Amino acid sequence: MEKNKYKHLVEKHTPKENSIYNGLVAFVVGGIMGVLGQLLIDLYSYWLHIPSSEASPYMIITFIFIGCLLTCFGFFDKWVHFAKAGLIVPITGFAHSMMSAALEYRKEGMITGIGANMLKLSGSVIIFGIVSAYVFGLIRLLLMGG
Amino acid sequence: MTFRYKNVYINETGTVVGPEEKKGPLNNYFDKSHDDFYFGTKTWEQAESKLIEEAVDITLGKLEKNRFDMDLFISGDLLNQIVASNYAASTLNIPYLGIYNACATSVEGLIIGANMIEANQIKHCLCSASSHNNAAEKQFRYPVEYGGPKPKTTTFTTTGTAVAYLTYNKKGVKIESATLGRVIDMGIKDAYEMGAVMAPAAADTIFRHLQNTKREADYYDLILTGDLGSVGKKILVDYMYTEYGIELHHYDDTAAMIFDLERQSVYSGGSGPACAPLVTYSYIFHQMRKKKLRRVLLVATGALMSTTMVNQKLSIPAIAHAVSLEVVE
Repeated sequence: MEKNKYKHLVEKHTPKENSIYNGLVAFVVGGIMGVLGQLLIDLYSYWLHIPSSEASPYMIITFIFIGCLLTCFGFFDKWVHFAKAGLIVPITGFAHSMMSAALEYRKEGMITGIGANMLKLSGSVIIFGIVSAYVFGLIRLLLMGG
Repeated sequence: MTFRYKNVYINETGTVVGPEEKKGPLNNYFDKSHDDFYFGTKTWEQAESKLIEEAVDITLGKLEKNRFDMDLFISGDLLNQIVASNYAASTLNIPYLGIYNACATSVEGLIIGANMIEANQIKHCLCSASSHNNAAEKQFRYPVEYGGPKPKTTTFTTTGTAVAYLTYNKKGVKIESATLGRVIDMGIKDAYEMGAVMAPAAADTIFRHLQNTKREADYYDLILTGDLGSVGKKILVDYMYTEYGIELHHYDDTAAMIFDLERQSVYSGGSGPACAPLVTYSYIFHQMRKKKLRRVLLVATGALMSTTMVNQKLSIPAIAHAVSLEVVE
């Protein structure tokens, strides 16, 4: 059988993902995350008497901490599995990928294990985050003069 | 390439499984099951070695033999450099052949052992195949605690070891013949579509086995592939008919048997070198001893995948080896 023909045969038997359901779950969970984030920003800015722009890093750090902690407790993967992009796209996804890798390699030593592998999944996010920041920063500088 | 054997029998087997298999429908047929993934060791890789040692000890215990009676230990697993087997072999102290054909390892081992027994080079041989879910996930996919979504076609690596004791004594199950597989690559690049990767290899081996032995598919009470999964199973049946005009009436797949696909969160079923022999040596052999099945063609299928080659955008080659098993009357 030719490879193209085989591809069609495979497609015929491959179960379809339920994109509408998945999208809806991600939309709702992601939305709740957004509301919680805004709530945290408002609370921090109220408690610490700082403007919202300064309160948002506190919110991000809180989310990272909770994401890491729940990953360590061993059930956050089931939440992520259910909510999909709803928990992966927010900063909790970054924390979860970093922490799960750290847990996985802790038996292989601090440096050769955790240090070398902690950013196995999230390393690309950091690298390309920085790269795109440079690119868009440059575009902004050229078009808008800074 | 098909060989026939006159004098090779699987006298005894030993099966040990992990927690997810314990929750599956075949738990009563396994010799031993565990509730955690460590079995008293510190890491998953060491745990897999421990599983192999346990399964060997169970087999020897049933036989009332000891390690020094064995002439050869053949073993393979999924880990890099087949370390689980190597470390188990280092404590077992039996002459050792380490083999790798991914999930086709079990039958590859049976064929090597059977050939050496048939040729009178050895008399007592242990063939082992093992896998460990967490250790395999760590090596091939994402960290175990990472919950990123996976497609429905993906499979869940089984945790367990299955050992078969091969000898010339006429008892148990006879290895009647064997067909060596060819490596088949149908251009599938997705590491989450193992069923689609392996189905054509299984089909090729089944077809050539039937052709070489001049048998019809219905000659066998059961043709059993391991481990295509629920999706791969459908692909194989369709492919066999479309490509070779062969209808498989008595056919099943071990991936879909070891777990309850409705109840357990295992996507399209089990995988790993241990999956096919775990089901065969426990449930299928039980059925054979009860004479509910007399002739079984076991086709173990392996996706010869490497994350490096998948990242280099190459498609995944696959292999399948077959052994014809007959119950001793």
